Amino acid sequence: MKILIIEDEPELQEVIRESLEKENFLVETASDYTSALNKIISFNYDCILLDIMIPGGSGLDILQELKDLDKSDNVIIISAKDSLDDKLAGLELGADDYLTKPFHIAELNARIKSVLRRKSFGGKNTVELANLKLDLDDRTLHIENELLALNRKEFDILTYMIVNKNRLVNKTSLAEHVWGDHMDEADDFEFIYSQIKNLRKKLKESQAGVEIQAVYGLGYKLMVI
Amino acid sequence: MKLLNHTLKYLSITLFVIISVWAAIFYINMLDEVYDSLDDGLDNYKLLIIKKAQEDSTILTRNEFAESNYEIREIPETLALPQKDIHMDTLMYMLNEEDFEPVRMLTSAFRLNNRYYELKVISSMVEEDDLIEDLFYSLIWLYVALITSIIIVNNFLLKKTWKPFYLLLEQLKQFKLGKDPVITPAETEVKEFKELNEAVGLLINRSLEAYNGQKHFIENASHELQTPLAISINKLELLAEKEDQTETNLIAIGQVIQTLERLTKLNKSLLLLSKIENKQFQDNEQVNINSVFKTIIEEFTDFADYKNVSFSFRENGQLLVEMNKNLAEILITNFIKNAIVHNIPNGFVRIIINPSSFTIHNSGSEVPLNQEYIFKRFHKKTNEKNSTGLGLAIVKAIANLYDLSIGYSYENGHQMTVSFK
Repeated sequence: MKILIIEDEPELQEVIRESLEKENFLVETASDYTSALNKIISFNYDCILLDIMIPGGSGLDILQELKDLDKSDNVIIISAKDSLDDKLAGLELGADDYLTKPFHIAELNARIKSVLRRKSFGGKNTVELANLKLDLDDRTLHIENELLALNRKEFDILTYMIVNKNRLVNKTSLAEHVWGDHMDEADDFEFIYSQIKNLRKKLKESQAGVEIQAVYGLGYKLMVI
Repeated sequence: MKLLNHTLKYLSITLFVIISVWAAIFYINMLDEVYDSLDDGLDNYKLLIIKKAQEDSTILTRNEFAESNYEIREIPETLALPQKDIHMDTLMYMLNEEDFEPVRMLTSAFRLNNRYYELKVISSMVEEDDLIEDLFYSLIWLYVALITSIIIVNNFLLKKTWKPFYLLLEQLKQFKLGKDPVITPAETEVKEFKELNEAVGLLINRSLEAYNGQKHFIENASHELQTPLAISINKLELLAEKEDQTETNLIAIGQVIQTLERLTKLNKSLLLLSKIENKQFQDNEQVNINSVFKTIIEEFTDFADYKNVSFSFRENGQLLVEMNKNLAEILITNFIKNAIVHNIPNGFVRIIINPSSFTIHNSGSEVPLNQEYIFKRFHKKTNEKNSTGLGLAIVKAIANLYDLSIGYSYENGHQMTVSFK
């Protein structure tokens, strides 16, 4: 899978690249309008991370160019501006998602994978890991072909953790992903713990091939046993 | 005191003094003239009588005023010689008035055929008290007429002249920074008002510029902070994933990430506040507040359970309002978040929805909040590290945008009522 990061801030470019390489993506970068344009014309990418404000032009023009070239690359806009107009304009021009800076690495991972899944051939919206099989459309979990009932939040937590397997998932990131952005002022997200506890219990009882470990002070990590 | 009345006050005092002084001088002068004229008449009369007495000696026997206006009495030489003409005021009984009235009397002496006579000639005179009274009343009328005409002139003419001023004043009273409409001063020919209008216009433009500059400064600064925050948080997340981290390091990294997240929240709240105040939420639609509440309560259930706070939700009707949906959600989220965060263990949050208002009633500290401060930015009652101190300021900004009124009361807990018009 090839991903292009169009972002002018070298340090941010670097952390995103490092994170994506951990997920075994092939990463290329462009830091201005011209080099970005050259890359999208010459190559095909599975996903493009696009900053709207780049030197030499606007990210929206890149989107327009992609549309004109009739390319179906997946695009996720990453912008410092949480502007509804930009978001609408971007989505109108064919972007698949819009992520506002600052974001958590786990969230970026989840968005990229979701976009890739949606456009992958076959159109089957499923995630598999060890003996687990998640169907994201039906919102069901099968372990060894046995259905395991999860509530909405447990299912969302598990999906997010599986997408970010072996990665450290910050608890804020998890809370925002599962409970929504509104939770941002809740004290220390300790309330997540009870849901995680229930989920762990269910996974263990069904002999799932994964487990959720707590990383003290930071969050959680899902590991294949 | 109005400007018109202010000038009137000074004018009336000045006029009163001027008229009084003028009246006194006028009275003295007039009286002087009257006396002068009377005395001249008496002198003339005296000469006529003496001349007549030379021809007709019977006149010399008139030693009573009776029906005529003179009397002649023989006096010894010793008295006559030093006698000079004396004009004096005296009283005399007047038949017609049936009273003593003032008369002017000339006392003189003359010699005829070596005999000396004293001559007294009188002339009826103006009645001073009547004169003063007449004058007084005329002056009162003059004064009243003057003041009345000044009031009329003030009210009609000056009011017309001062119209641009009052118009400007009215607009300035309505004027609020960042709120339309701007001041449109009336056309005027008066130089002072022209200058005033120009000065006010200049002042307002400068204030608006500064205000807009500041508004956008907050927005731009918040935007510029997003990327460095993203880099810092993401770098720390990657650092935490490094395999050789000790637990102490992880805890430290976790704390730094949390601090950066607080900064992110603060930044986002400031940006939101600035966007609301810059009116960047334009698309209004009909929002069902009941269903917004239901969604948000659902989102907060886990948090409320964790804090041991119970929810109750009562609908006395459907609350439908015309506003931006995002802002409606932010408004309600902030209220509910506040009600849970500042609650006590085993506390409650009661939500009551009426057709034109909703009330959030929650347990919490037993001290009523100070309404003056709760909606101020960065006003924090407690030292909660997870509170930005902007939640209610955002609520207030949304309320201001849509002209909603927020009432606070304390009765077995804190009650906030938001009324829609």
